[in-house]
Amino acid sequence: MNMRVSAGDPAERSLQIIRDLKHLEGPMLPILHAIQAEFGYVPDEVKPIIANELNLSRAEVHGVVTFYHDFRDHPAGRHVLKLCRAEACQSMGGDRIAERVKQLLGIDFHETTRDGAVTLEPVFCLGLCACAPAAMLDDEVYGRVDEHCLSEIVVEARR
Amino acid sequence: MSLIQEIDYGTPASQSEAQVTLTIDGREITVPEGTSIMRASMEAGIKVPKLCATDMVDAFGSCRLCLVEIEGRNGTPSSCTTPVTPGMIVHTQTGRLKDIRKGVMELYISDHPLDCLTCAANGDCELQDMAGAVGLRDVRYGYEGDNHVKARNNGEVNAKWMPKDESNPYFTYDPSKCIVCSRCVRACEEVQGTFALTIEGRGFGSRVSPGMHEHFLDSECVSCGACVQACPTATLTEKSVIEIGQPEHSAVTTCAYCGVGCSFKAEMRGEELVRMVPYKDGQANRGHSCVKGRFAYGYATHKDRILNPMIREKITDPWREVTWEEAFAHVASEFRRIQYQYGRDSIGGITSSRCTNEETFLVQKLIRAGFGNNNVDTCARVCHSPTGYGLGQAFGTSAGTQNFDSVEQSDVVIVIGANPTDGHPVFGSRLKKRLRQGAKLIVIDPRRIDLVKTPHVEASYHLPLQPGTNVAVLTSLAHVIVTEGLFDEKFIRERCDWSEFEDWAAFVSEEQHSPEAAETYTGVPAELVRGAARLYATGGNGAIYYGLGVTEHSQGSTTVMAIANLAMVTGNIGRPGVGVNPLRGQNNVQGSCDMGSFPHELPGYRHISDDATRETFEKLWGVTLNNEPGLRIPNMLDAAVEGTFKGIYIQGEDILQSDPDTKHVSAGLAAMECVVVHDLFLNETANYAHVFLPGSTFLEKDGTFTNAERRINRVRKVMSPKNGYADWEVTQKLAQAMGLAWNYTHPSEIMDEIAATTPSFALVSYDYLEKMGSVQWPCNEKFPEGSPIMHVNGFVRGKGKFIRTEYVPTDEKTGPRFPLLLTTGRILSQYNVGAQTRRTENVAWHAEDRLEIHPHDAEQRGIKEGDWIKLASRSGDTTLRALITDRVAPGVVYTTFHHPDTQANVITTDFSDWATNCPEYKVTAVQVSPSNGPTEWQEDYEELSRRSRRIAGKLEAAE
Repeated sequence: MNMRVSAGDPAERSLQIIRDLKHLEGPMLPILHAIQAEFGYVPDEVKPIIANELNLSRAEVHGVVTFYHDFRDHPAGRHVLKLCRAEACQSMGGDRIAERVKQLLGIDFHETTRDGAVTLEPVFCLGLCACAPAAMLDDEVYGRVDEHCLSEIVVEARR
Repeated sequence: MSLIQEIDYGTPASQSEAQVTLTIDGREITVPEGTSIMRASMEAGIKVPKLCATDMVDAFGSCRLCLVEIEGRNGTPSSCTTPVTPGMIVHTQTGRLKDIRKGVMELYISDHPLDCLTCAANGDCELQDMAGAVGLRDVRYGYEGDNHVKARNNGEVNAKWMPKDESNPYFTYDPSKCIVCSRCVRACEEVQGTFALTIEGRGFGSRVSPGMHEHFLDSECVSCGACVQACPTATLTEKSVIEIGQPEHSAVTTCAYCGVGCSFKAEMRGEELVRMVPYKDGQANRGHSCVKGRFAYGYATHKDRILNPMIREKITDPWREVTWEEAFAHVASEFRRIQYQYGRDSIGGITSSRCTNEETFLVQKLIRAGFGNNNVDTCARVCHSPTGYGLGQAFGTSAGTQNFDSVEQSDVVIVIGANPTDGHPVFGSRLKKRLRQGAKLIVIDPRRIDLVKTPHVEASYHLPLQPGTNVAVLTSLAHVIVTEGLFDEKFIRERCDWSEFEDWAAFVSEEQHSPEAAETYTGVPAELVRGAARLYATGGNGAIYYGLGVTEHSQGSTTVMAIANLAMVTGNIGRPGVGVNPLRGQNNVQGSCDMGSFPHELPGYRHISDDATRETFEKLWGVTLNNEPGLRIPNMLDAAVEGTFKGIYIQGEDILQSDPDTKHVSAGLAAMECVVVHDLFLNETANYAHVFLPGSTFLEKDGTFTNAERRINRVRKVMSPKNGYADWEVTQKLAQAMGLAWNYTHPSEIMDEIAATTPSFALVSYDYLEKMGSVQWPCNEKFPEGSPIMHVNGFVRGKGKFIRTEYVPTDEKTGPRFPLLLTTGRILSQYNVGAQTRRTENVAWHAEDRLEIHPHDAEQRGIKEGDWIKLASRSGDTTLRALITDRVAPGVVYTTFHHPDTQANVITTDFSDWATNCPEYKVTAVQVSPSNGPTEWQEDYEELSRRSRRIAGKLEAAE
């Protein structure tokens, strides 16, 4: 997913990204997405740069970034595994699967495995209620997951 | 006396003319269209429970407590966000609403500490009030589980809990008490316009965050106090309230800092000031404040304040404390001796723009009637004397034309030589609010001031001119307006002298005044000047606001006239939203000028040579007045050096620090035989004084201040003078000692004398001010309610006068030895020479003066950020530390003058305005070089200060 490490000075690179997108109507979210795509997270030091370019305060940018769980304040592992925690998935055994995955990875939600391979996140919800329980590895969704399916995914991801 | 409680209507007033009638709880009420149900209810006397609404900010609808039921509508809409409609029938209290409210309160309280008894907001907490109002008796959810209240949950660290932020010197932020109503965030955005606060996170994780989860002090916060005022709980609380407790009585008074003249409630417990809270009905500030007026009053009780009169024979002696009687007798006999020995004109005095109108009036009366000469001047000499002269010439009155409310109707605003967000912060906030609504801004300033680009505000044009070229830039703006036919011919033909206009138009149309020709010496690209001129002339209501960057130049008066020309040629005079508005530096500059502080003018700007005016005063005072103007401050100093001027009474001005060419000032003072300083502190001038009379603060006296919009505001005494006497009493007792039969028992009697002698104040009295809140002069038979806007149907002088404004470069020029231009200014947290603000916690923001220098100039000289540098001019040199920034252009350096150890005025020259002698502070040719430490002058001066502050029998005060 978003684990590309950007080359060059981050301040300069983010300035470039911001200037490419600031003409859009409501440019903040597209800029934040692009920044996250570039750096894998939204670095704190980029917020004042965005603020300055969009003529906002750095508090405002901080407010927007922290409102969305998907904007990270530090880099994730090479892969991000999201388990849906919403009602339908919970009723279809999502809790048990979550516990199992935590065991397999040896981490809790919001943590990254020590080898840096996988970050585990809860999500509400993936909109796959008909195929509950659901999961998502990077940009790919998986329906009706069971323990077996997930351990395969995990093995694949840690490779 | 009781605590003044202002009604909180919950949402701002609607400005609509159309009226709507509705029924709330069986009561019929008529309100302007657009009013919220909440506000309409409050106007009908019905308090709908609320938490996130307050009338200083727009409705938000987040707390879900103010719900109401409306007949014929589904659901329970929030009354703060629902506007009234005709015939609407509203119920504010039903079984359903009661249940909802109680449920909402239960949720709030389940994540709030239950320490009401020991909480600083006890007695002033809206959450507590609402719990009472909705009848909360039980919290079914308990206090276990996720919360923001406890540092530890069952022994484990609670990651949601945040410690108190005590970084701001004046208030604390306790996140554990926060109900996330967003009132602080909205106050910071809507009222102050700084946008320093946000809500971080979402849902239960939401918390108020200064900056990016920073401490308040490190964030963008400017400490205006609006958030503290808006907070309904103890989350944001003044430290003084935490320390002292809740106030029990209050009085409305006027801030003694800048010329905005904000109204405050001084909230007291006994004679102890608990806090200053901006007064919503204050017509200058409309309920807003800045860090100085709101918090920086600690100087009033600072240990440095001198409380006993002191005398010494020579300035090298230590001070000797004496009784008031001894002091008055000594001054009276010294002044009489000097006059006997050196002549009647050998003494004089200086009135203060910091004191009240009444006190200023008395000082000039003492000089004219008691000293028998006209050697009276005031600190306005060094700031706005060109305003008085220039506007007097052009329009016929020496004052700004508008009230501050006028900015709400401006479409294009020119700010020239002023930095409102630092110097006049409350006006700055009001201006920014208008700019966020879409008004356009033109900034003419050598420095990129905050207004040029600050969150949600950006100037359409910034003309970064070379210091000293104001006249050239303004004339080239006029060139564009005239040659492109953008002038308002109808206005000019009706209101101004047409032949004078024609003469002026021919002058400005000359090719040498075109932006292209001027560009070579102003440094402003011609296209910017043309764009700005077109915008101002055609953009709707155009208003000009200016400050000392206009007046403190050798062509200060010419610049003021050029501004007046621009306003007249575009027809921007005489209605709301337009005008020419000087931003006065000090609380009572306007008043001290009005009160006859200048050597050539009696109160009300009437020339001393005018027989009829003199007769009015002669009759009342029983003396004969000299019909020749007396000496101005610089002339007094010159005369002192020459040996013909020997004694001076200085009330509340530190001329040594604030007047130009410090060495010349000190030589003048040192040559005098009796220098009497009347001040709160042993200021720098007192180093050369023989008598020190302790002064009183604005909290310790009754009186009036007149702000920049000519508004006469009451100052009310809330504590006894610590020094024993209010300043007007001191002047009176000095006059009595000199044999004058004065017998005022209250400042209101002085105001009555002013009203009786001064036509523009004819109807002003304390009773009338009590009734009206405040009035703007002229206030007389013709304008019984005062004059918010002047020159409405024609200029006071008759026809508006266009005056040619030939640009004459200052004699202060850069050269190989002094290649940079120094200009000076103010910073938000400090005030003028800093005598007051340096004695408050405001030093947390600005502990020293710094020299702003462009990276290019710094690099050339091998100067790095924070390095000590030597700043030298033809007059002298000083040292301070460098601040490298591109806010200043290459070739220009900038500093503030708040700290005496910097003594920026050692550097400034004695060039001054051709008409009024206002010193040219804003342009000095300098050189900057790396340095190791203080210059010889700084070391000598520090030694002198130390020696001259010794008081016999007291340990040397550690400065």
